[in-house]
Amino acid sequence: MKYQVQEKCLTIYLPREVDHHNAEEMKREADAVIDRNHIKYVIFDFEKTDFMDSSGIGVIMGRYKTICLIGGEIWAVHANARIRKILTLSGAAKIMQIYDEEDKV
Amino acid sequence: MKNTNEMEIRFDSKSVNEGFARVAVASFMTQLNPTVEEVADVKTAVSEAVTNSIIHGYENEIHKVSIRCRIEDNVFTVEVCDKGRGIENIEEAMRPMFTTKPEQDRSGMGFAFMEAFMDTVEVESEPGKGTKVKMKKTVGKGREIWTTQSL
Repeated sequence: MKYQVQEKCLTIYLPREVDHHNAEEMKREADAVIDRNHIKYVIFDFEKTDFMDSSGIGVIMGRYKTICLIGGEIWAVHANARIRKILTLSGAAKIMQIYDEEDKV
Repeated sequence: MKNTNEMEIRFDSKSVNEGFARVAVASFMTQLNPTVEEVADVKTAVSEAVTNSIIHGYENEIHKVSIRCRIEDNVFTVEVCDKGRGIENIEEAMRPMFTTKPEQDRSGMGFAFMEAFMDTVEVESEPGKGTKVKMKKTVGKGREIWTTQSL
């Protein structure tokens, strides 16, 4: 998993395809990093991602459960139309901030 | 005379094969000349069904998952079968957000995604015998408006 930690913010650079196969490892690594660095904000960067199924939603929801306990937030950036559809359909869009390409943070 | 075509694949229930399964199905589907969106829909649905077989059907043991695809004119049918533990209550299993494995961060959205992205989803299952998920999608719906003149 590619990631970057800046202060209390963790950016996860998601792979091209997010499915059950690579979700397991991502969960494990993300949890370790969150724990170790007292992370309060998690940014999921979908720049490289063109496929995601419900296992990816599981990764997001699971991290949200941890992060919201300490009053943090989760964000999604660079999500294409397909990814946004998946996020909306699953209800994940309601618990996270989704930034469009244009309005860079 | 209907234009038909079929294919079948059978593979080990290893998570690494999830990517293979959806790409194989997607490439078989291309002969229907689908839109990018339609291919993405089928890929997501296949991924969900195969993941279910691997985690729930076989509970991560290695056995075989088979996929059968059929093209009949512009209707694409895909069946994902396993001989795993089966589903006791299909209605409950298909309910959005329902999952038997919340501790593994399963979102419970698998069947909801299949239903959202395919036209029909039928599940046949018997505890101890296995599960078959049959999904259909009409490809190129509404496109005939552009190509033929209807009365």
